[in-house]
Amino acid sequence: MNRNRRRQSINYTSIAIAYALTGLALIPLGLVLWFTIAKGLPAASHPEFFFNVERPVDVPGAGIAHAIVGTLILVGIASLGAIPIGVLGGIYLAEYATSRWTDWVRLACDVLVGTPSIAIGLFAYALLVAPFHHFSALSGSGALAVLMLPIIMRTTEGAVRLIPSGLRESGLALGLPRWRVSLQLILPAAAPGVITGALLSVARASGETAPLLFTAFGNPFLNTDPTQPMQSLPVTVFHNALLPYQSLQEQAWGAALVLVVMVLLINLTSRYVLRRQIRLAGQL
Amino acid sequence: MAASPTATALRATISPKPPDRFRTLIGVVATTAPAALLLIVVVLFQQAWPSVTHFGLGFLAGSTWNPVTLQFGAWPGIFGTVATSLMALVIALPVGIAVAIVLAEQGQAGIRGAVGIAIELLAAIPSVVYGIWALYVLGPWTFQHLESPVSDRFNSVGWLSSASPRSLFTASLVLAVMILPTLTAVSRDVIRAVPRGLKENAIALGSTWWETTWRVILPSARAGIFGATILALGRALGETIAVTMVIGNNYQIPQSIFSPAYTLASVIANEFTEATGDLYPAALVELGLALILVTLSANVIALVLVRSATARAAI
Repeated sequence: MNRNRRRQSINYTSIAIAYALTGLALIPLGLVLWFTIAKGLPAASHPEFFFNVERPVDVPGAGIAHAIVGTLILVGIASLGAIPIGVLGGIYLAEYATSRWTDWVRLACDVLVGTPSIAIGLFAYALLVAPFHHFSALSGSGALAVLMLPIIMRTTEGAVRLIPSGLRESGLALGLPRWRVSLQLILPAAAPGVITGALLSVARASGETAPLLFTAFGNPFLNTDPTQPMQSLPVTVFHNALLPYQSLQEQAWGAALVLVVMVLLINLTSRYVLRRQIRLAGQL
Repeated sequence: MAASPTATALRATISPKPPDRFRTLIGVVATTAPAALLLIVVVLFQQAWPSVTHFGLGFLAGSTWNPVTLQFGAWPGIFGTVATSLMALVIALPVGIAVAIVLAEQGQAGIRGAVGIAIELLAAIPSVVYGIWALYVLGPWTFQHLESPVSDRFNSVGWLSSASPRSLFTASLVLAVMILPTLTAVSRDVIRAVPRGLKENAIALGSTWWETTWRVILPSARAGIFGATILALGRALGETIAVTMVIGNNYQIPQSIFSPAYTLASVIANEFTEATGDLYPAALVELGLALILVTLSANVIALVLVRSATARAAI
């Protein structure tokens, strides 16, 4: 009897510890969000913060418009490259899964996801900056596209796999060629899942700093020419946070707040879209 | 077995299956992923070549980093990278596995859903935001409330002396937070893949929840959890920006865990745009090459372990 009571108390203690550690794991999330909002709002509550560009230290009215526009252009160009390639590659992984080659492609994708982003920056520098002798937004987009590609491929693969094979077989039975089955039947049915993957990769790319440091570099002015250096939100946070001026540090916090809001909004949207995919796949 | 005459005749009348051009096309498109991976390694090797030939293997053991005299050695960077990542792992591992157990085995679906979303949001926050938070909030706080009291009391113990707001320890703490989502998500999948029958048998024999988890489920998921750990280690080794902001950027072997240090990725992030000449950038790329070769091997080992652990669930 005594022994059983001890087993019981060990059991309850361990459950309590597991929940306590889970609570501990969530503290950083709360702290990061709280401080980003509290310290970012003073800068981000002025409307001109969103419409003006950098000003010299302590000149009022400085803003991060150039960084917001830059991030949108950088990620936009990267998406144009990475999304079509990633979606087609993902369809290949799911539809021709029996071939041995797909195992290697899958492994390469998963390894690429874990590759240090700073190394991808060095790679983009060697291929897209050094030959042209100047930094450019295009090289930054190239680095971001390499980061996005494996995420899109793997999530597209997962979404296509959710589609019941009945849909594929009925298309083939009607005499449709494989490419029409894949692109006109399977892909539309898997669209919400594919969009989720694309959104997640966009969110990841928007927050990356390391691959942009020596590709897109930075630019104190508003620039929309992708062959020239371009500012981005993460690089703004990184540089301003390390400078010894209070006004610049406040701008860094403001830019961090804008970045977090952007990334979390994209993330929550993708979650909503994914829920639709699961419901849709259930109906098919 | 010989084909019957009718079958042979029939086969002759059917035109050969046309080649599936769509398959070839998207197969080639899919090859961009392995091609990119290969190209990254090849290009970094080629860019690092001047430094590789100039310094040889001594590069990895050298401990000076002097762009003026062109003497470069990677050892303090390697030490800082490995030390921060291992410390982060030690901090994150118990927490990560506890969360994974709760997500896989405990509680109502509502709690699990909420914790799961929170962990995913933790993964979504950009590195640079962790960096600015650690630089202005976490670092000063740990310096005041943790590092200073500890180093005052244990001043005679070398590796706990001389507290500083930017240190190996602060960097490890941020890294621990950043690798937690990877550790948790992969461990949760591995724990879920443990055959139901094992758990049910243990419960049928009268085990408590803790005994089932500790003696049956965790031992059975051991290889996969090890894989998750290596995967998280790979992430920690390659993390750049947050670490760069809080580690103090001091290219020396630190005397204490509270001293400033440097990591491979941070050296590249800080110095690459200013590197001139041939040897200096090449030495920086060689740091990157060392980093990528280590993370690549860690990733491959980890993925193989995790896959064999989760593949069982399909059987």
